[in-house]
Amino acid sequence: MAESGTIDTSTVDTSTVDTSTGTTAQNGTRGVSRYVLRVIAVGYLFFLLVLPVALIVWRTFGDGLGPFVEALTSSSALHAFQVTLVVALWAVALNTVFGVGAALLLVRHDFPGKRLLGAFVDLPMAVSPVVVGLALILLYGRFSPVGGLLESWGLQIIFSTPGMVLATVFVALPLVVRSVVPVLEELGDEQEQAAHTLGASRFQTFLRITLPGIRSALAYGVVLCLARSLGEYGAVAVVSGRLVDQTQTLTLFVEERFQNFDQPAAFAAATALALLAVVTLLLTRLLRPKD
Amino acid sequence: MAIEVRDVNKSFGTTPVLRDVSVDVASGSLTALLGPSGGGKSTLLRVIAGLEHPDTGTVRISGVDATRLSPQRRNVGFVFQHYAAFKHMTVFRNVAFGLEIRKRPKDEIRRRVMELLELVHLERMADRYPSQLSGGQRQRMALARALAVEPEVLLLDEPFGALDAQVRKELRTWLRRLHDEVHVTTVFVTHDQEEAIEVADTVVVLADGAVEQVGSPSDVYDNPANPFVMRFLGPVTEIGGSLVRPHDIEISTEPRPGGDEASVTRVVRLGFEVRVELLVDGREAWAQVTRGTAEQLALAPGATVHVRPTPGARSLALTGA
Repeated sequence: MAESGTIDTSTVDTSTVDTSTGTTAQNGTRGVSRYVLRVIAVGYLFFLLVLPVALIVWRTFGDGLGPFVEALTSSSALHAFQVTLVVALWAVALNTVFGVGAALLLVRHDFPGKRLLGAFVDLPMAVSPVVVGLALILLYGRFSPVGGLLESWGLQIIFSTPGMVLATVFVALPLVVRSVVPVLEELGDEQEQAAHTLGASRFQTFLRITLPGIRSALAYGVVLCLARSLGEYGAVAVVSGRLVDQTQTLTLFVEERFQNFDQPAAFAAATALALLAVVTLLLTRLLRPKD
Repeated sequence: MAIEVRDVNKSFGTTPVLRDVSVDVASGSLTALLGPSGGGKSTLLRVIAGLEHPDTGTVRISGVDATRLSPQRRNVGFVFQHYAAFKHMTVFRNVAFGLEIRKRPKDEIRRRVMELLELVHLERMADRYPSQLSGGQRQRMALARALAVEPEVLLLDEPFGALDAQVRKELRTWLRRLHDEVHVTTVFVTHDQEEAIEVADTVVVLADGAVEQVGSPSDVYDNPANPFVMRFLGPVTEIGGSLVRPHDIEISTEPRPGGDEASVTRVVRLGFEVRVELLVDGREAWAQVTRGTAEQLALAPGATVHVRPTPGARSLALTGA
C-alpha cells in the first residue's frame, strides 16, 4: 500500500502518526522511498510531456501574440483548419451513427458473426494508421478496379476529402462503440420492452428511452472520437497526397511548415492543435459517465 | 374469454420451455400462473404480451388473433419484476408515457395521470424520479403506468418478487382491492403458493412447461390433480401409501377402522399448533394437531398411537412409490 501511494496525501498523515508510536527507522525508509517514487513520476511526466509542450507554447508566444495570429491567419493555415474541420466533422458524424448502430447490434441482438463484428470493431486499435492508409489506396486508388470505377463516375476518393474521411473514420471507429456498449449492457432491455408494451414503436423507443439512457456515454465517445479525428496524422498523410491548400490538414500543415524551416507557423499551428486537445480533454472530463 | 392460449410450444435452443400449453383467462378475472422457477410461467406471460414468440400455437386477446402482433399493438399492460422504471423521467412522465405516445391532448393526460397516481397513492410523488422512490412505490408507479393506456389485460411478472416480506404482504392485499375497483383482466406470475391462493380467483399450476391443473384456489388446494400439485400447494406427508395434508391426519390412542399403528418420535410445539413426528410402518411422517388435541392425547416421544386420514379429507394414492 505505502509503496504505491505516490500521490496519496492521506497515507502521509498516517505515517507521521506511526513514527511517533515507535518503529521510526522502518517508517523513515518507507517515507523516503515514497518521496523518491513521487519525484521519479513527476520528473518522468515533466520531461516527457510538460517540458516539450511548454517549449512549444514558449516558442509560439515568445515574440508576443502578433506572430501567432499572423501565422494562423495565412491562407494556407486557414485552409488547413477548414480541411481538418470538414474531415473531422464527417468522421465524427459517420462514427456516431455507425457506433450507436453497432453497439445496439452487439448488445441487443444475437446473430451469426456477432463475435466477428466485435473483433472487427477493435481492429483499428491494433492496425497502424499508415497501414490503413496504404490499404485504402490499394482499394480506392485510381489504378484499382474499385477506384477506377468510382473515378469514371466522377468520384475521386484518394488524394481527396472522401479518402481522408474514410481514413479518419477507420482509425476512430472503436471509440463510440466501446463507450456505448457497457452502458447499453448495464441499462438492460426491460425499459425498452416496457415502452413497447405501452405502444411505442422501435424508433420511438430508441428516441425516448434508449438514447436518453446512453446520452452521457455517447457524448463522451463523440468527444473522444473528435479528439482522435482532429489529431490523426499517419493514415491521412498517406491517402491525402499532402497537397498544400488542397488536402492539407492541420497536422500535415505543422509537419510541412517544420520541414520548410517555417518554425513560427509550425509552432503556432501545433499550439492551436494542443489547445483544441486540451479543450476536448476538459469536455471528456465533464462528460465522463459518473461512477 | 379475455385471453385464449392454444397449444403453445416454445423452446430456447433445444430446451423446451412450454409444451402444448392451453389456458383460458375469463374477462375480469384475477389469475395466477403458479409454479416452480424454470417452470415456464414467465415465458407464458411474455408470450401473451408478445415479448416472446411461440414456436407453434396461437394467442387470442379479446377474441382477436394476436399471435403475430407486436407488443406495441396488443394493448396489454405489463409490469416487470424489477419495475423497468424509466429512470430519466419523473413519476408523472413515466405514467404519462403511453398516453403521450398515443398523442392524447395535454389536459386529458394531466387529468388521467393524476387520477392514476391517486389510485396508487403516489399523488405527492409526481415530480420525483424513480431513484427517489422505495421498491414498493416504484412497483405501484409501474402499475399506474401500465393501467394508463387502459389495457385489455394487465400482466404482472413476479410483481412482488423483489420486495421484502412486509411490503409484499401489503401490496398483495392492495392488488386484490385494486382489482376489485378497476376490474381489468389480470394475470400475474408467482412461485409463492400462498400469494396465489390469497390474491387470485383462478390458479393455473405450471411445471416443466406444461399445465398441471387449473382451478379456484380452494379447488387446487383441496382437490389437487396429481401429487406434484398437492406437494407444491402446501405441506404433505405420507401414510399408508397415500399423500395427505398433515392437518388432515387424525390421531387416536384407540385403534380405528382404516388406521395404522404409529409411534411418536418427536413433539414440537409451534405456538398454537403442534407438529407430531411419527414412525408409521418404519416410514417417517408427521401430523399437525392443535395444542388442545396434543394435551388431551398426552402425546410424548415413545407413545404408541393410531393414525388415519380424517374421513372426507382428500388424499392421493401414490402408485409405485
